[in-house]
Amino acid sequence: MSFPVLFGVLAVLTLFGFFLGRSRAMATAGGQIRNLHSLPNYYGYYIGLWCAVPGFLLLIGWMALETTVLDGMLVAHLPKRMTDVPGAELSLLLNDIKNLAHGDVTSRQVVDADLKDAAAFYGQLKVSSKMLLAALLVVLACGGILIARGRIAPELRARNSVERAAMAIMIICSTIAVLTTLGIILSLLFESLRFFEKVHPLDFVFGLEWSPQTALRKDQVGATGLFGAIPLLAGTLLISFIAMCVAAPVGLMAAIYMSEYAPARVRGTVKPLLEILAGIPTVVYGFFAALTVAPFFRDWGLEFGLTISSESALAAGVVMGIMIIPFVSSLSDDVMSAVPQSLREGSYGLGATKSETIKQVILPAALPGVVGSLLLAASRAIGETMIVVMAAGLAANLTANPFEAVTTVTVQIVTLLVGDQEFDSAKTLAAFALGLILFCVTLVLNIIALTIVNKYREQYD
Amino acid sequence: MTDAAPNPNGAVGGGLAARNAAEAVRRSLKRRYAAERRFRMYGILAVAFAVCMLGLLFTTIVSKAVPAFTQTMINLEVTLHAQDIDPQGTRDRETLATANYRSIVRRAVFDLFPDVTSRRDKRALFDMISPGAVFAVRDLVLANPMLIGERVTVRVPMSDDIDQLNKGAIRKDVPEAERRVKDKQIAWFERLENRGAIETVFNSTFFTAGDSREPELAGIRGAAMGSFFTMLVTLLVSFPLAVAAAIYLEEFAPVNKWTQTIEVNINNLAAVPSIVFGLLGLAVFINFLGMPRSAPVVGGLVLALMTLPTIIIAARSALKSVPPSIREAAYGLGASPLQVIAHHVLPLAMPGILTGTIIGMAQALGETAPLLMIGMVAFIVDVPHGALDPATVLPVQIYLWADSPERAFVERTSAAICVLLGFLILMNVSAVLLRKRFERKW
Repeated sequence: MSFPVLFGVLAVLTLFGFFLGRSRAMATAGGQIRNLHSLPNYYGYYIGLWCAVPGFLLLIGWMALETTVLDGMLVAHLPKRMTDVPGAELSLLLNDIKNLAHGDVTSRQVVDADLKDAAAFYGQLKVSSKMLLAALLVVLACGGILIARGRIAPELRARNSVERAAMAIMIICSTIAVLTTLGIILSLLFESLRFFEKVHPLDFVFGLEWSPQTALRKDQVGATGLFGAIPLLAGTLLISFIAMCVAAPVGLMAAIYMSEYAPARVRGTVKPLLEILAGIPTVVYGFFAALTVAPFFRDWGLEFGLTISSESALAAGVVMGIMIIPFVSSLSDDVMSAVPQSLREGSYGLGATKSETIKQVILPAALPGVVGSLLLAASRAIGETMIVVMAAGLAANLTANPFEAVTTVTVQIVTLLVGDQEFDSAKTLAAFALGLILFCVTLVLNIIALTIVNKYREQYD
Repeated sequence: MTDAAPNPNGAVGGGLAARNAAEAVRRSLKRRYAAERRFRMYGILAVAFAVCMLGLLFTTIVSKAVPAFTQTMINLEVTLHAQDIDPQGTRDRETLATANYRSIVRRAVFDLFPDVTSRRDKRALFDMISPGAVFAVRDLVLANPMLIGERVTVRVPMSDDIDQLNKGAIRKDVPEAERRVKDKQIAWFERLENRGAIETVFNSTFFTAGDSREPELAGIRGAAMGSFFTMLVTLLVSFPLAVAAAIYLEEFAPVNKWTQTIEVNINNLAAVPSIVFGLLGLAVFINFLGMPRSAPVVGGLVLALMTLPTIIIAARSALKSVPPSIREAAYGLGASPLQVIAHHVLPLAMPGILTGTIIGMAQALGETAPLLMIGMVAFIVDVPHGALDPATVLPVQIYLWADSPERAFVERTSAAICVLLGFLILMNVSAVLLRKRFERKW
């Protein structure tokens, strides 16, 4: 029995509970609704909640913990000589056993009796786990129904109980956002601390060399790998700077044009067109950058006798700039449109032209919002992944030359984590430390931007 | 202007000064108007630049994608000798499935050109046919064992290089060493064309197959199904959570430190780079909770956490736009706070909430980076049948194909992008229509 089936079973039981509660309430009230405290449906919801909530929690908990518990039991069952191996090998072994139990091919050539035995044990374990879960679920759900049914009486305040439960559920849902942030911070911090046990934090933050290739054998050259984040940060800043050089003027001028000059009809078509730019998946931009823009810059450079790498920071930056144009233009447009008309009229009354009004009245008035939009766009650019993964380089060059290939924080996170690695190596953990830096930088930028924007909004309200 | 002040003959001098001032203004007006026109021109240029880039992006992708929708096929005469496939004549499925169809296809290919004898030429000739031909013949026999012993014409795909040659992407005038197709193969191909054995047909494989190392056999079905299951999980998790959270925050939450924290949190979460959510998924769902790698369930959960803020923010503004008079009328009739919300406010806010949900889902559908972190980049041939099967999704498939060296994958990548963009446009258009259809002015 798979989880979807069990969820279905729970749903059916809940539905049964609902109808049972309704009819039971009517029966206890002698068929007269006016004898009941709440509407009959609420008695149905009452039983339904008693059935669904414990069952749902059981299923979710089981789903989350089943693999861990079963793995632990499997390891405990295996003979000691099989489990006495490094972590990576053990996980490979467990994987093989699972595949074998599943009837798939394994990674090893010979399948010995021990492995077969373990696979059989695991298969049995899985079946009994599911049986146990199904039994527990039915007992819990039916128990809930029985208990709730016993409580149903005309004077039971069913609506109040149901509403209290609904409110509790809503409060729990609203904390998910906080839990997510907490989860991000804790997981990044926890893994980063493990990384900093292997690499000194100062070496990481101020190191000038990045070459995370840890050797397979201890005696190889460069066995430790170098984890200096400066080249990555420099590369990220370079590409983001190029992107902002494209997005800031274009986005700002587009916003000015749309909010001050464009007739309503033009604005009505251009604004959605620009929003499309923000809706295109970044992987598409990455493909566009790698396939069209990068070769274009390379050929163009050849024409002028410049060597432009085919993974140049320029190509990735320009395409990223195109992507974030709407982030700048949309918010700037909004804040400029929000500048009161009286300011414009005052300026026209003094004889200023439209552009003078914009430059000397509207832009200063809208400045906080404009700065906020630029900061938000910059934070987008720093955290952007797919464009740089597909169009920027992998080698960590410490350079300010936009024609060379540089790498970024996000590119390195992806390259470190894609593919099979043991989870304890400094290489994998470094990705989390980089993630922590990325999270902190974008968070600070966002907070500054949102504070600036919010402060500004209060001025004219 | 400066000479106006010391002049004793006020009236005359004043007139002169005014004329001078008017002159100065008139002179500067030209400059100012020119500046005005320039400024306006910059605005138009900026908009034009952005729109041109959008147009360039679309035309590049679409023009690159068009060839992917056709495939060069060859009509191959294959003799299905009984002794090759099923010598015992049992017609047992296992025997039929494991017979050596490769040699049958090889013979059929060599029969096309009896004059090709050398081993190297034979290999070059056989390379012109896709490896998929072998499976095509096998499937034919499995579907209809009566054909054994007959001579049948099978339409099988040509290899990706020949396909590219036929579409003109590999040019014949390039020196032989610089292209992937040999002169001999071109000559054979032209002879086959003259015989009428070559056909260019609609590439249905692209829509029905999973991933493959051979471009001519690769399709987006697996990725599309993976995307479907991932989106299903995302929707099932994020929609109820987000709506419940939005109702609480907008309608019931008291203003205190805790709810303010939640609000600041939601706003910040909406701006966290998506790759960080991938790291969260890797650390919590896969390493801590031991959930399977590459499964749509995990991808869906990660994307659900990512889209949650978007939907919450949209749902809150939709709830906010329902006028208080509705609530007051319901309260006046004796409804409880939850009845007011469930029976009156929520139905009225639903179109707005759904619009926000669709936009959030469109974002999630195009998201790649967090899914790379949780192992959805594996090369998976099988089409997934559930949310627990290993799978990949459309954007990740695009990423994988974009990395492939074969030229034919470029057009397939573009075609996959077109399909993805098609879905996104569909979702956004339906969001706009929903808003237009149900938008109420209170």
